[in-house]
Amino acid sequence: MTGQFGVAAVAIAGLSHRFGEHVAVDDLDLTVERGECFGLLGPNGAGKTTTLRVLNTQYPPQTGAVRVFGLDVRTQAMAVRRLLGYVPQQLSIEGALTGRENVAWFARLFDVPRRERAARVAEVLASVDLTDAADRMASTYSGGMVRRLELAQALVNRPALLVLDEPTVGLDPVARDAVWERVADMRRRYQMTVLLTTHYMQEADALCDRVALMHQGRLRVSGPPAELKAALGPDATLEDVFRHHTGESLLPAEKAGKGALRDVRSTRRTARRLG
Amino acid sequence: MSVAPAAPPGVWVEARPRGVRLLLSRIATFCLVELQKLRHDRSELVTRTIQPVLWLVIFGETFNRIRAIPTGSVPYMDYLAPGIIAQSALFMAIFYGIQIIWERDAGILTKLLVTPTPRTALVAGKAFAAGLRTIAQAIVVVVVALLLGVHLTWNPLKLLGVLVIVVMGAAFFSCLSVTIAGLVLRRERLMGIGQAITMPLFFASNALYPVDLMPGWLRALSHANPLTYEVAALRGLLIGQPTTYWLDFTALGVAAVAGIGMAAALLGRLAR
Repeated sequence: MTGQFGVAAVAIAGLSHRFGEHVAVDDLDLTVERGECFGLLGPNGAGKTTTLRVLNTQYPPQTGAVRVFGLDVRTQAMAVRRLLGYVPQQLSIEGALTGRENVAWFARLFDVPRRERAARVAEVLASVDLTDAADRMASTYSGGMVRRLELAQALVNRPALLVLDEPTVGLDPVARDAVWERVADMRRRYQMTVLLTTHYMQEADALCDRVALMHQGRLRVSGPPAELKAALGPDATLEDVFRHHTGESLLPAEKAGKGALRDVRSTRRTARRLG
Repeated sequence: MSVAPAAPPGVWVEARPRGVRLLLSRIATFCLVELQKLRHDRSELVTRTIQPVLWLVIFGETFNRIRAIPTGSVPYMDYLAPGIIAQSALFMAIFYGIQIIWERDAGILTKLLVTPTPRTALVAGKAFAAGLRTIAQAIVVVVVALLLGVHLTWNPLKLLGVLVIVVMGAAFFSCLSVTIAGLVLRRERLMGIGQAITMPLFFASNALYPVDLMPGWLRALSHANPLTYEVAALRGLLIGQPTTYWLDFTALGVAAVAGIGMAAALLGRLAR
């Protein structure tokens, strides 16, 4: 924890969250500074998504304090939501609307002023390369296009903090590269803070200034990827860092249990929706 | 440890409507989205008009001829038309919760819940959007009834009142549907319960026959059924049958507000 609790983009202190007997997040302390891209790394079931859901006000914190730009997520939820852009893990757009209508819907829900709305929607659609497809029904989009449309939806309120939950899971390498490029471009363009979860080490390496490794609800280690790797040796990878601190692998294919099942279900659901 | 809020850059701060303005803004937004969906796919509107038209044409014409249901000096077709408007709105609204479950499964509900939209405003927006769909159906039923020779009012104020009543009724029944969705959490269960309660709601109301003809226990049930007040108001507005408007509007208003409250309280269960 830095001494900048009041000005940090995200300040989490002593956060714990249970689902019945299962402890999803266990006494988590975490600070994300303004303007940085911060990655929460860990396998499925590590507590990353639960942490994000407390942060985005979906779950009230059971124990501990969570602040976003100094605002308490428990007592100032509406104000916190106005500062956030959120892209959930699951591909989630309204297929019965066009791409432009999907973005305009969220512009209205974030009270973007009417006189600015059309220009703002066009701007964010252009920033994710969807201008030409904007007036097509979203149900005709590919998986990569859906993800970029979701980025546009999340950016339309010009969020101070962009929260991405596994932004490239289920995407092919080309679509994954496109999403990384967009996220990096957004940061440059809007100088916003980005908090993402991932279990892809490459993604964390490519995008993040700092990462935190989570395992079984607890924070194991955090710091800039280069420093964490250098501490283990010249050829170390983030996978090695994770294995060193937890004794387990970060690769999802090697994991089993609830998280893996959820991943399969999510992928199948996405495949069904996209035909 | 300092807890002073750090203001984000000013350019990111939008206008912040509160209270009633925020509620109205969200209702307008969800109604607009519903209209956009209807514009892209009108097939549902067409298929949904088949059933009320059949009720009017087959059931209404038949019972009009055999005069089995005493409706005083009012022809049975005239008596039935407002009941069928309310019925078609009920049948549409009672399955509206399926849309919420679909949005939950598609991850859209999660995103909606983290926009600056209080849950009551989200549910109210959805409820009035459901009302908007039923308006389109009500208009079709009115046109078909006119073609069948039913004598309905042409008073624009009364017709506006009809739309308000239809929307209020749909708001209540769609919220009832979302409430059930919040309890059962699965589409299949909601379908089953929706099927199970639709006909009892319909028959325990004055949609097909006067309340006076019912046995005592059913009459008591019909007085607790918001559909009865909806039909009574529609009959008063469309064919001039006497009714206590303040009671009808109040009963529907209280039901709609209670429905929105119940559905909003259970919405969080759906998103877990």
